[in-house]
Amino acid sequence: MPVSWLILILAALTLGGYIAGRARARASVQGDVRRLHSLPSYYGYNVALFALVPALAVLALWLLAQPMLIDARVSGMIPDTLIPEGSNQSLVMSDVRRVADGLELAVSSGAMSADEVAALDADATDIRARLGEMGVALGSDVRPEVLEAAQAYRAMSSTGTLWMTGVVLVLALAGLAWSYSRTHSEFRARNVVERGVLTLLILAASIAILTTVGIVLSMLFETINFFSLHDWKDFFLGATWAPNFRGDSELSILPLLWGTLYISLIALIVAVPIGLFAAIYLSEYASKPVRAFAKPLLEILAGIPTIVYGLFALLTVGPLLVDIFGRGEEGLLGLNWMSGATSVLTAGVVMGIMLIPFVSSLSDDIINSVPQSMRDGSLGLGATKSETVRQVVMPAALPGIVGAILLAASRAIGETMIVVMGAGAIAKFSLNPLESMTTITTRIVSQLTGDTDFASPETLVAFALGLTLFVLTLGLNILALYIVRKYREQYE
Amino acid sequence: MNQMTSVEKTVSTEANKITAEGVQVYYGDTHAIKDVNVQIEDKTVTAFIGPSGCGKSTFLRCLNRMNDTIDICRVEGQILLDGENIYDRKVDPVQLRAKVGMVFQKPNPFPKSIYDNVAYGPRIHGLARNKAELDEIVEKALRRGAIWNEVKDRLHAPGTGLSGGQQQRLCIARAVATEPEVLLMDEPCSALDPIATAQVEELIDELRQNYSVVIVTHSMQQAARVSQKTAFFHLGNLVEFGETGQIFTNPTDPRTESYITGRIG
Ligand SMILES: Nc1ncnc2c1ncn2[C@@H]1O[C@H](COP(=O)(O)OP(=O)(O)OP(=O)(O)O)[C@@H](O)[C@H]1O
Ligand SMILES: [Mg+2]
Repeated sequence: MPVSWLILILAALTLGGYIAGRARARASVQGDVRRLHSLPSYYGYNVALFALVPALAVLALWLLAQPMLIDARVSGMIPDTLIPEGSNQSLVMSDVRRVADGLELAVSSGAMSADEVAALDADATDIRARLGEMGVALGSDVRPEVLEAAQAYRAMSSTGTLWMTGVVLVLALAGLAWSYSRTHSEFRARNVVERGVLTLLILAASIAILTTVGIVLSMLFETINFFSLHDWKDFFLGATWAPNFRGDSELSILPLLWGTLYISLIALIVAVPIGLFAAIYLSEYASKPVRAFAKPLLEILAGIPTIVYGLFALLTVGPLLVDIFGRGEEGLLGLNWMSGATSVLTAGVVMGIMLIPFVSSLSDDIINSVPQSMRDGSLGLGATKSETVRQVVMPAALPGIVGAILLAASRAIGETMIVVMGAGAIAKFSLNPLESMTTITTRIVSQLTGDTDFASPETLVAFALGLTLFVLTLGLNILALYIVRKYREQYE
Repeated sequence: MNQMTSVEKTVSTEANKITAEGVQVYYGDTHAIKDVNVQIEDKTVTAFIGPSGCGKSTFLRCLNRMNDTIDICRVEGQILLDGENIYDRKVDPVQLRAKVGMVFQKPNPFPKSIYDNVAYGPRIHGLARNKAELDEIVEKALRRGAIWNEVKDRLHAPGTGLSGGQQQRLCIARAVATEPEVLLMDEPCSALDPIATAQVEELIDELRQNYSVVIVTHSMQQAARVSQKTAFFHLGNLVEFGETGQIFTNPTDPRTESYITGRIG
């Protein structure tokens, strides 16, 4: 039975459980619901929960675990000699799975009977051609061992699925029956349902947290691998970034970190004043219609994909800067300081433009949360609007705004597309903003694209870089949240 | 409104600080103030009384154009300060508010130190030549606000950390520090104990020597004690306006009488 049917049956049982539970609760007090401990619907929810949740949990776990277990068993059946040169076990296993799926399809579509499939012989039939007729393309001819493995795979998964269906249905029925039998007027259904809801919420929260932990752990393992292959002193304290895929590379984070911080700094220099002034204008000066028009517009700007900003850097801002600072006599200033369109300034300016809506919409929210009575107090003493903004509104909103700026900084540090397209690829320490430089994120991309070998430090360094970046932005975010929270407490 | 004409005759026009003529206030479609005429004299205390929601605060806020900050609020008619219409285009509301100070119904100290709260106005208007003068102004204002003894040892603690009644007196001190010509006080004693109330009333009496004071209050006794003129508002109308003594002893309008004797409101 396909899983979708199983889920439909579960849904039906849940609904039935709800109706039955509610009806039984009503019946247990002869229809006088005031004598029930909880509202009748809670008894319904209680039965529905017990019918659905355990069964669904087992179903989910089973669906995850079954393929893994079967894979492990079947891959044991494939002799090492079968694995061709340049290939590996997982490629052969995926062949096995394709054949198994193809056979399954053949049976369900009626092209072959189950007996026919069971009697298949790889040497006698051209299985590749037959499966090809049904739209299942195979990369190579099916060898007898693969066919045998595929047959075993099929057999195991069909018994597995049968068992799964049985177990899940029994569990659902048992849950339903048990909670139904508990339904009577004294039973505290509301408390049970409340606890059920709580568990559900905790589950959702822990999934979010566990994923983060999982990401960090996987990065951590690869990072540890990297440090076992490469000296940590070179990574943290070296001065050169010179990866060399023949080995013996110098992989220091410092030049990349310098590029990252320099570009982020320029981005903030562009974004913070403009974003902040825009926010002040919108929240303090703009009339209602202007605000209603401009605020959504700014928020749309925040939704533009960063690759579009990258194109903007590459096609517009870069050439414009070259026109101003470069090209010798032909240039605007007659200078020859800048040769290529990619530079720290290009990337920084465009990234700053990207951050403007981010800074302004966060600051706007913070400025708006300063109570109107503060402004009234100041205006009532004869202060002008700008005096009020400068001396009352801004100091009150400052901690929140600092938090917003830190959040913007952590976005700038983690930004990839704009720097890939606008900053260049040369890792160096330089103060000149017109030169190209590179950042941590762009190097991660370049170390992981193309031919990668996950046993070489040149590839693994990407994880060490990623982890450092993660720690950096995490630190900034925590600081920002701390400041924002502290500020909130002042008013509430 | 025939009863009012007799009262108006006794008011000499030269001593009028503020004259409101045909003032209408709308919040969107709500008509909050309906055709109010009132004269506020120099060197007098005028009390506004009336049931909650009748428009006392709204009218008070018209007198220094604080209603400008409310988008949906619209004011019609004219209000003359020293003979000049404050709703005229030429008039700068900022300058106006420096002359007509205000203490709000809800205390609203700035999230700054107590000292900076009081020094805020004098600093903006450049009233002190040096630090010593500023210190003097701050101390005098805090004494007049009847709060000096409580805060003199912690002038640099945040003003938001004070109790509700202390904040109210801090806001009074903050308003008098700028030496306004007219002081509008919206229920300045609503959170004060009898002792502090008496001190604030003393301050109002003292301010009357030089300025004119308008006070909104829900306490009949307070209105009777501190004011020379009383205006009674009801549902956005100015029902009766006249000498305090006459309003409390011999009101002409039946609504005034039922309010001060406690039958409506
Ligand atoms: N900002 C506003 N927006 C819309 N309506 C308002 C606003 N402020 C006041 N009003 C309305 O105007 C009317 C008068 O309000 P106002 O605050 O002047 O009353 P009040 O006499 O000061 O009352 P209280 O004694 O309770 O302070 C009320 O009906 C109120 O709902
Ligand atoms: Mg009021």
